[in-house]
Amino acid sequence: MAGFRKVKEFVIEKLIFASGIASIIFVALIFIFLLSEGVSVLKSTSLGAFLGGRFWYPISDPPKLGILPLILGSLLVTAGAIVLAVPLGIGAAFYIADVAPAKIRSLLKSGVEVLAAIPSVVLGFLGITLLVPFLKHTLGLPTGLTALAGSIMLAFMALPTIITIAEDAINAVPREYKEGALALGATHWQTLTRVIIYGAMPGIIAASMLGIGRVIGETMAVMMVTGNAAVIPTSLLQPVRTLTATIAAEMGEAAKGSPHYFALFAVGLVLFLISFLINLTADLFLNRGKKR
Amino acid sequence: MSAKIKVERLNLWYGAFHALIDVGLSVREKAITSLIGPSGCGKSTLLRCLNRMNDLIDDVRIEGSVRIDGQDIYAGTSAPTALRKKVGMVFQRPNPFPLSVYENIAFGPKVHHLAKADEMDDIVEDSLKAVHLWDELKDRLDENALALSLEQKQRLCIARLAAVRSEVLLMDEPCSALDPLATLRIEELMRYLRSDYTILIVTHNMQQAARVSDDTGFMLLGELIEFGRTTDIFTRPQDKRTEDYITGRFG
Ligand SMILES: Nc1ncnc2c1ncn2[C@@H]1O[C@H](COP(=O)(O)OP(=O)(O)OP(=O)(O)O)[C@@H](O)[C@H]1O
Ligand SMILES: [Mg+2]
Repeated sequence: MAGFRKVKEFVIEKLIFASGIASIIFVALIFIFLLSEGVSVLKSTSLGAFLGGRFWYPISDPPKLGILPLILGSLLVTAGAIVLAVPLGIGAAFYIADVAPAKIRSLLKSGVEVLAAIPSVVLGFLGITLLVPFLKHTLGLPTGLTALAGSIMLAFMALPTIITIAEDAINAVPREYKEGALALGATHWQTLTRVIIYGAMPGIIAASMLGIGRVIGETMAVMMVTGNAAVIPTSLLQPVRTLTATIAAEMGEAAKGSPHYFALFAVGLVLFLISFLINLTADLFLNRGKKR
Repeated sequence: MSAKIKVERLNLWYGAFHALIDVGLSVREKAITSLIGPSGCGKSTLLRCLNRMNDLIDDVRIEGSVRIDGQDIYAGTSAPTALRKKVGMVFQRPNPFPLSVYENIAFGPKVHHLAKADEMDDIVEDSLKAVHLWDELKDRLDENALALSLEQKQRLCIARLAAVRSEVLLMDEPCSALDPLATLRIEELMRYLRSDYTILIVTHNMQQAARVSDDTGFMLLGELIEFGRTTDIFTRPQDKRTEDYITGRFG
């Protein structure tokens, strides 16, 4: 009997170990594959021409594989999303954590959960049918398929992440700070904006970073509403093409082993590095918050 | 000396629970008054009535009157923010804000618009001097207050009140997180502050009440059983229950 239990424990332990190792191995394999395919782009172009090239004509002859317009397109759409989602998300987190009456709080929290559960393709669908025509008419644009439309879509997707994590951070601020400020005669608003926000700051920054990390790799909705013109963007009100949309749209038609094919892997590699850096930074802030 | 605070027939309920029963006392100006009694008898509750911190708890009902400088603090007209500036509170666990030493002190004057920007340095210096922290901290003003020692934190919390020129200091077991030496130094500070402030202190430590306070109140199960000069309470208590408590027969 005791022997059986020992064997059972041994097996379970090894299984847990194996699944832990497996996830690491998979990540490593994905990265290696991406790296080996992506680096092959250097056979047909230099690193500088790839990252800094202004033209993306992958099927012309010879192909022009400059991803600068794509990088700038991604950055512009993401930056717009940050500007919209971060203040809104933090505001909402404060409202939910510290201002809203209990009933409204639970209503809002389920609302945020529902928002998180909407598949991005459905959001993109709403974007095409409602948001894009709306932008076209109200702003008098030749087309509503713009970077701005992408930013708004992405902001919606980032909001649940930002709100949930920022709210946790605000709730984790010790009650004593709040009591201390109120007992000094501060108003509720002053307590929020001058004390609690500092206690929650590392978590709020992490929330914003994770929200950004969530959207920079987002594809479907953005591809559907941004117009996908691979030109260097000069304003939020013109069509742009992002790194993700490029991969999604072109992978199917790129001949395996062609410069175009390798270039798309390299685009994936760039994307991977960007979101890796963002998540790493967010982790640093989250851990800094925990240590105190 | 006149009464700074006058409490009459004060009753408080947490929901259905009657936590303060017909409490009445007068607190003398620029004296130290201590409140003693077993755990859960309502000492903190009474203290929190004096700066209306109980307002923040849901489902609290308060009856009776609390007058400070002759003004009923529960009368409709007075704002709790102004009251809390005048009647400051020091908590059991030192609770400096997660800001610099300087910003901790500047917080009160800023929210009450007490100082122009160029006066703030002086206020910070004076407030730290009032709690004998200036020499220790004058080169660390930009450091985060969370890095200070517990005793320094508690002094800083008192300095925050000096900065808004509070008149009454409510101290709820201000030394219970401190070691014995730090406790003695805070008591010394209280005696020094006594010339400028009216001080109320809640303590579980009867020697502390005997050492620092001029008046003492003994509470039991929500009632103020006995109130008078500290020497009288400790040498010739009138009520049997007070005597039992101070001689350590219960609680
Ligand atoms: N927010 C609250 N809601 C309900 N009951 C409360 C609340 N705060 C305190 N009480 C109850 O009121 C009574 C008095 O509490 P209070 O904190 O004033 O006691 P205390 O004398 O300060 O005790 P201690 O010495 O342990 O600090 C206790 O029975 C307590 O359980
Ligand atoms: Mg208490």
